[in-house]
Order: sequence, then C-alpha cells, then structure tokens
Amino acid sequence: MNPSVEALRAAFGSAIGRATVARDGETIVVVAAPHARDVLRWLRDTPGHAYAYLVDITAVEYRDRERPIEVVYFLRSLERRTDLRVKIELAPQDELAVDSVVSLWAGANWLEREVFDMFGVTFREHPDLRRILMWETYAEGNPLRKEFPLRGRFSRAEQVRQALAANPEAHYSLDELSIADAYHELPPDMRERLRKGERGKIPHSE
Amino acid sequence: MSKRTLEFELATPGVDAQGRPIRVPLGAAATAAPELAGEHMLINLGPQHPATHGVLRLVVELDGETVVRVIPHVGYLHSGFEKLGEYRHYNQIIPLTDRTDYLAPMSNNVGVALAAERLMGIEVTPRCKVLRVIACEMSRVISHLVWLGTTSIDLGAFTPFLWAFQQRERVYNLQEMWTGARLTTSLTRVGGLMADIPAGFADGLREFTRTFPDTLNEIDGVLTRNAVWAGRTQGVGVMSAADAINHSLSGPMLRASSVPYDVRKDKPYLDYETYEFDVPVGEHGDVYDRYLVRLEECRQSTRILAQAIDRLPDGPINVADPRVILPPKSRAMTDMEAMIYHFKQVMEGVKAPVGEAYVGIENPKGELGNYFVSDGTAKPVRWRIRPPAFINLSALPTLAEGHLLSDLIAINASVDIVMGEVDR
Repeated sequence: MNPSVEALRAAFGSAIGRATVARDGETIVVVAAPHARDVLRWLRDTPGHAYAYLVDITAVEYRDRERPIEVVYFLRSLERRTDLRVKIELAPQDELAVDSVVSLWAGANWLEREVFDMFGVTFREHPDLRRILMWETYAEGNPLRKEFPLRGRFSRAEQVRQALAANPEAHYSLDELSIADAYHELPPDMRERLRKGERGKIPHSE
Repeated sequence: MSKRTLEFELATPGVDAQGRPIRVPLGAAATAAPELAGEHMLINLGPQHPATHGVLRLVVELDGETVVRVIPHVGYLHSGFEKLGEYRHYNQIIPLTDRTDYLAPMSNNVGVALAAERLMGIEVTPRCKVLRVIACEMSRVISHLVWLGTTSIDLGAFTPFLWAFQQRERVYNLQEMWTGARLTTSLTRVGGLMADIPAGFADGLREFTRTFPDTLNEIDGVLTRNAVWAGRTQGVGVMSAADAINHSLSGPMLRASSVPYDVRKDKPYLDYETYEFDVPVGEHGDVYDRYLVRLEECRQSTRILAQAIDRLPDGPINVADPRVILPPKSRAMTDMEAMIYHFKQVMEGVKAPVGEAYVGIENPKGELGNYFVSDGTAKPVRWRIRPPAFINLSALPTLAEGHLLSDLIAINASVDIVMGEVDR
C-alpha cells in the first residue's frame, strides 16, 4: 500500500474512501468527487509526495449497470519513481460531472476532452470542452458507454444519409471562423445553419 | 513601409559571421508593418497534407507569417479500438494493436500482452522475454528511421530519407521473416509468442547491428553540423523541463526537455535492467535536441539488440500452462485432454481474474500504457490505451505559438505523431 494514502487520510479525513492494491501492485484510492481537485493539487504540490506527472485520465464503466462510473487519474512522482491511481466514483443516475484539472496539468486538456467525448462526463471549468475523436456534430451519443451498441445507434442508412447531408462549414467552429472574419463571407443559409448549431438527431428519440 | 520591405525583413538569411543560425525575432510582422498587424489569416492544413504525417488537420491563425494559434483537429482515423476490445478475448485484442502505432506494431503487441499477463499473474519464459526485447528494439529502430526520414524531407533534406528507408527495409525483412507480415505482425500471445525466430534470423540481426551504425554515422555527418538543419531546428519549438512534465509529454519529447525518465530504466519490464544501454537526454528541449535524442536512441537500441541476440537462451517461448496457451495442433487432434483445452480456449477464451492492471512500456513515441479492467470474464470490461502520440500532440499549440508557419512544420514533425495511435 502506497504511504501517500495514510497521509491523504490525515489531511482530508472522510473525503478519502477505500484504498486497494490493484493486480499490478499499484495503489488505488477512491476520493469523493467534490474534493477531488483539492486532493490532486495536494498530491501534486506536497513535498514527499510530489506526484507532478499526470500519466493518464480515463473512465471505466462496468457491465453491471448498478456500479458507479469511475474517472481514473494515473499519477506519477518522477522524483520518487512512484505511481498512484486516484479514482472518483460517479453514480450513473446522477449528473456525470467532475472538476477539471487542466489548471493543475496542461496535459489533462485533451485527456478530459476524450473522456467527455467517449463517456459524456462533464469537466467543470475546462477551458475548451469539445468532442475530440468524434466530430462536433456527432449525435449518436458517447461510444464507450455500455448502453452504446457496438455498431452505433443509427442504422447504416441513417449514417450515410447524415454524412451526405453534413454541412461542410460545420468542420470549422464559430471560433475559428471568427479568425479573418470568415464568418461574414459565408452564404446566408450557411450562416443561418451555423447560428442554429444544427446537428443530427437520434431517430425516434423525441 | 511597403510590403516588399516586410518580405525582406522576414527572409531568414541562415547563419551569421560566427556560424550561428540567425532567427527572425518573433512578432517581426507586427512591428515591421503596423498597417498589417491585426489582420489575421485562417489557414487550413490537412487532413490530406504530406507534412502533417497522416490525417491530422491543423487550423492555423496567422499574423503575417507568424503563428498566433494552432487548433488541431484529430479523429479522422478513429476506429473505436477500445470499444472493440470490450467485445474480444484478450488474444483477439492483439491484432487490433498492430493498427494503433502502425510504425512499431511489434512493440504494441508486447505492450498489450504484458498488461494481460500482469492482470492474470503470468510470468513468461526467459527466451520469450529476450525475444520480446528484440521485438521492441527493432520497432524502435524502424519507427525512429521513419521519423528521421520524413522529418528531413519536411525540412528539405532528401538524402537522409533514402538512407533511413534503406536501413528500415532491412529491419522489415527480418520482421517479415519472423512474423510473416510487415505491418500486421500480431507477434505476441498472452503467455508467449506466436512463433519462435526462424533459422537465419539471428545471423541477419547480427549483421544488421554490425552495419547499421555506419548509416547512423552518415546521417549524423550530413545533418548534425549542417547549418541549414541547425538553423531550421535549433531554438524552434522549445519546451522547458517543467512545461514538458506539466504537459505529460513522454518518450523522446520528454527526454529532449532534459527530464531523464525512461520506463525501461525507471520501471523496468522484460528485465531491461540487465541490459547495458544509456538514455540520451537533451538540454534545450527544441527540435534539434529531439533529433539528437532519437538518433542516439537508434544507437542504443542497436546495442541492446546485439546484447539480446548474444544472450538468447534456449527453451520454450510459451508458458507451460494449457489454460492460456493452445496445445500443438497435432496433440489437439489426437489427445482428448488437449482437444478440450483447445476447445475451451477458442470458444470461451482465457478468463482473467477480477481486478485491473496497467503496464506502461517505452514505445518509440513515448510511454505506451495498456490498462485492463476485468470483471472475471474472458473479455475485458475496459481496455484503455494510453496513447503517447496523442498526449504529445496535445502540446503542439503551445509549442508552435509565436513561430513562423514554416517552423510549425518542423515542430509538428518533431512531435513524431502516428495518427493510428492518436485517433485509435
């Protein structure tokens, strides 16, 4: 068991949940979601712990739908060559949201965007929370969730129809089009579609 | 001030009287021509562009020639490997890893096998360990050679590309001899390897390790002290050690920024601690240092390859556990017990115990992590690839900001991305 867990319990008390040792020998510690960012900042900045390197952020959803969805932070202390895994558990029926750690690690930016894209977990105060691997107008949901079928939600015919009807200009964000005032040079119908933020709909969902 | 004067001031003259490369001060466009300042241009680079090394799309905001902002768009090659992995047995995941970092497929195979073995508590045989080290280091050499070749082409040097690809072809021939494939190697199995090395492989590899350093010296000779190469790469895309750690960079990108972290040394796997090799570390964290680090890593990999082929022990390549390794086909056809094991493995797969395991290995691009979460069935609940190229690429906007557009190409090349892994 990683000694940082005891130090965390002394500093944060009940915000620190159970701690276990994974099959690869690393320690996993579960942290209450509201305190997660403070705990991670403490782990990064406290001398003697100094987990200054963020290896990865990901999420895990179990096949058992009752189990909470986990957001996993892989931390590493480069000085001490020690790893620690911090988990946040989110109840699937509640709002899936945690505080962003981009203010602590710039490397968290894309990793959090990927978790948002693939699992639908919102990261509060993230500077640029957009889909990253799927396109911005993707409407089928979050692919790595267990309720998402392997072949996607839409039928192949619907996927083809949407691809053919896609707006080419939707490949630029409004932010990007504001560069060089490109937005005002677009034809009016394109501007109208962009303004409305048109995107696909899940068939028969409403 | 006319536009002509601006162009003149922006031209890079090369080296000064002392032989040091001269660089146009950043923000020159804004100070030189106030009437042009503030008029930003939107440039779209990719997704089909030779200098973006795959289907990467960069939306670039330019002030004159100076990059104000880079907005990368990724995902054009997204194949949903992680989702597919949740529907497959552990051994069936291995072919998917061929296609992530497709410039170093054997190394990816090793990474995923190690993670599955850590999860199941399997210790592979000594011969298998050494063969896997050979696979990893061969992958490092071919990946770095592609990087050297394509980067030198991006920066206008054509000859090193030909030399690098000639040598790469020699490694590919060895790889083809061993696995039967140039790209879709699927070399490893959980608990061992798909095949032992064939006759003649060891001699071929010895011959390669003997002659390959000559080519490295030639490349070294034409690039390292070349004024154009130095001028295009020195001081470009600098990242300090603290920033590199903050951006979670790994591999040569991290080490070029003078952070001496190499998974092979600091969290050894496959007995890397018993091999003699050095970890090159840069000083300035610029494109030039990344080049030097990768060039030296090729030399060190050659050293490891030579040691590995000399110490290669005899013995089996697979663990003696009929629950994870398929029995030989001849026995499965004649022996009832072997046939049952064969049937169970093919139909049910290898069941992993409940729990999770993360194994990071030093891939050519950086730390490749494979994270398996199991609920006790033969298919993982979650398979996560920690993609080094994806995380390194996320630092590109920071690296390129304030540089000239032509330097953006150099910086993007120096990150060494492979889109199969970025998009997965």
